[in-house]
Amino acid sequence: MTDNSGGGLIVDAEVSRGDFTLTVCLAAAPGQVVGILGPNGAGKSTLLSALAGLTPVAAGRITLAGQVLDDASTGAFVEAAGRPVGFVFQNYRLFPHLNVADNVAFSPRARGLGKRAAQAAASHWLGRLGLTGLAGRKPGDLSGGQAQRVALARALAGQPALLLLDEPLSALDAGTRLDVQTELKRHLTGFQGPCLLVTHDPLEALVLADRLLVLENGRIVQEGSPAQVARRPATEYVAKLVGLNLYAGRADGPLVTLSGGAALTVPDHGVHGDVLVAIRPSALIVSSQRPQATSARNTWQARIAGLTLLADRVRLELDGQPPALADVTPAAVAELSLSPGSLVWVTTKATDLEVYPRADGQAG
Amino acid sequence: MTGSRPPRLTASERARRAARGGASRSVPAPLLAPALVAAGFLALPLAGLIIRAPWSSLGTALTGSDATQALVLSLWTASVATAISLVIGVPLAWALARGSFPGQRLLRALTTLPLVLPPVVGGVALLLAFGRTGLIGRYLDSWFGLTIPFSPVAVVMAETFVAMPFLVITVEGALRSADQGFEEAAATLGATRMTVFRRVTVPMIAPSLGAGAVLCWARALGEFGATITFAGSFPGRTETMPIAVYYAMETDPDAAIALSLVLLFVSVVVLVSLRDRWVRGGSSP
Repeated sequence: MTDNSGGGLIVDAEVSRGDFTLTVCLAAAPGQVVGILGPNGAGKSTLLSALAGLTPVAAGRITLAGQVLDDASTGAFVEAAGRPVGFVFQNYRLFPHLNVADNVAFSPRARGLGKRAAQAAASHWLGRLGLTGLAGRKPGDLSGGQAQRVALARALAGQPALLLLDEPLSALDAGTRLDVQTELKRHLTGFQGPCLLVTHDPLEALVLADRLLVLENGRIVQEGSPAQVARRPATEYVAKLVGLNLYAGRADGPLVTLSGGAALTVPDHGVHGDVLVAIRPSALIVSSQRPQATSARNTWQARIAGLTLLADRVRLELDGQPPALADVTPAAVAELSLSPGSLVWVTTKATDLEVYPRADGQAG
Repeated sequence: MTGSRPPRLTASERARRAARGGASRSVPAPLLAPALVAAGFLALPLAGLIIRAPWSSLGTALTGSDATQALVLSLWTASVATAISLVIGVPLAWALARGSFPGQRLLRALTTLPLVLPPVVGGVALLLAFGRTGLIGRYLDSWFGLTIPFSPVAVVMAETFVAMPFLVITVEGALRSADQGFEEAAATLGATRMTVFRRVTVPMIAPSLGAGAVLCWARALGEFGATITFAGSFPGRTETMPIAVYYAMETDPDAAIALSLVLLFVSVVVLVSLRDRWVRGGSSP
């Protein structure tokens, strides 16, 4: 592999942990924030652990800014302590016996700075993250948001070339999460090197990441910009996260035959072969009677299996061919007297369907 | 139901439960009696010691014997034995808890052996190893002219042999249960294995380290069997407090009681002064 990455990260490796094997091939440019999205057990933390040097790769290699960190074929391996990597752990892992300033000074000190120089470096980072007032506190006396910032300051104080964040906001309550997220976005923008951010919160990934990588069962199932991933999910898991109905089928011009047997009329873009069809729940129109003379090309009957009240609308779980989630207003629920078990008609316009080819090995 | 009084709660118990929450905390009757027996069994001998003490002639009983010498000897040998145990026992605990090497299980068993071994047997073993004709002692004697048995060095060695396992198993347990996530975090921050040990591992197990050291010191202070076998009982040189108490019992029971009181007093002072800082600290983060 030729290396023209500059300060970037190139990973082409397999990591094994017991029976689990993670296979990844990714590149991250300096200054780029790559969001790693995936369900629990997908291998997200294993990936970070391999990058940090806490788990060696089973095959392949990891290169950062031209330096080989781990290469299973040559046996090259840089120990965790020798890697220019900053790691913000899920529960922060702030040293409970050290105060905030000493936590932040830990890395400069461990990387060879004298006591005073390390303290100066720490106070610089405390200042940058607005933590100066907390310097003397112990981690146990910090709020979740403060601890998150201290963990970030501690990781950045070692002047890493690669920043790893493992679910940086998951330990926070919903109220502070948004504030901390905005702030984190600002600090990540200021970071020069590549940054990998693991999350299972799609909103967090959409807001913080420049590029998304979806991991499932140890494999990358989708990669792209947040907008692409949100619009054209490649798997059921991603579709659920971003709140879309997703169907796999075979396209033949304007008609897609779904794997379940039903067929959908789609805009004819001349697509043939295996495709995925994504539909927004709000693009589905629900009627109590079969709609007469409509411009919508797709109509099918379904039974309501469940109703859930979301902020300002009601999400219907529809059992039909195909099954679907549909969003309607609470007023519509009342007027149509929708309840579990009622039969309804579902219609949608062909132009509301997003049709795109299915990549190999991806399940719909 | 006639005649039975409705269940009641005393005002103080009501206040306690309101403040701290929880249901009844009264001790079940079948546990109460054995608990009282145990408490009495532990407390009565000490009470006897205090009641029978010759309080009026305590001063003369203490100065009349070699009490001061014995106390000083006991205090410094126990302290040195504890210091040695810390220096060599903590690394051993680390190796047992975190290392992975052949013979590790055997070594662990060997470490805990002095806990169950009669101290006299330990003394005999030390004599066979370090005595003038012993396995190692023979060479120490012929090459360097060093004779260990029946010297203060032998006292320290006997105490270390018997007391160090208390420190090792306490620290090993703490190392096993310590969250290694912090050590991983330290490694990602650029800390070498030694720096991680020094700046993260040791401070985080400090409460257990302290508790282990106190246990070790107390055990060393009370050491009798191994010491008298390996170091003898020369007043001023190897006669520690427990040995002095034992001999005083035969000649001058009042002095024995006085010496015992001193040991009791020292133990209580150490326990109380270290309790808040170390022993209790084990439960707080």
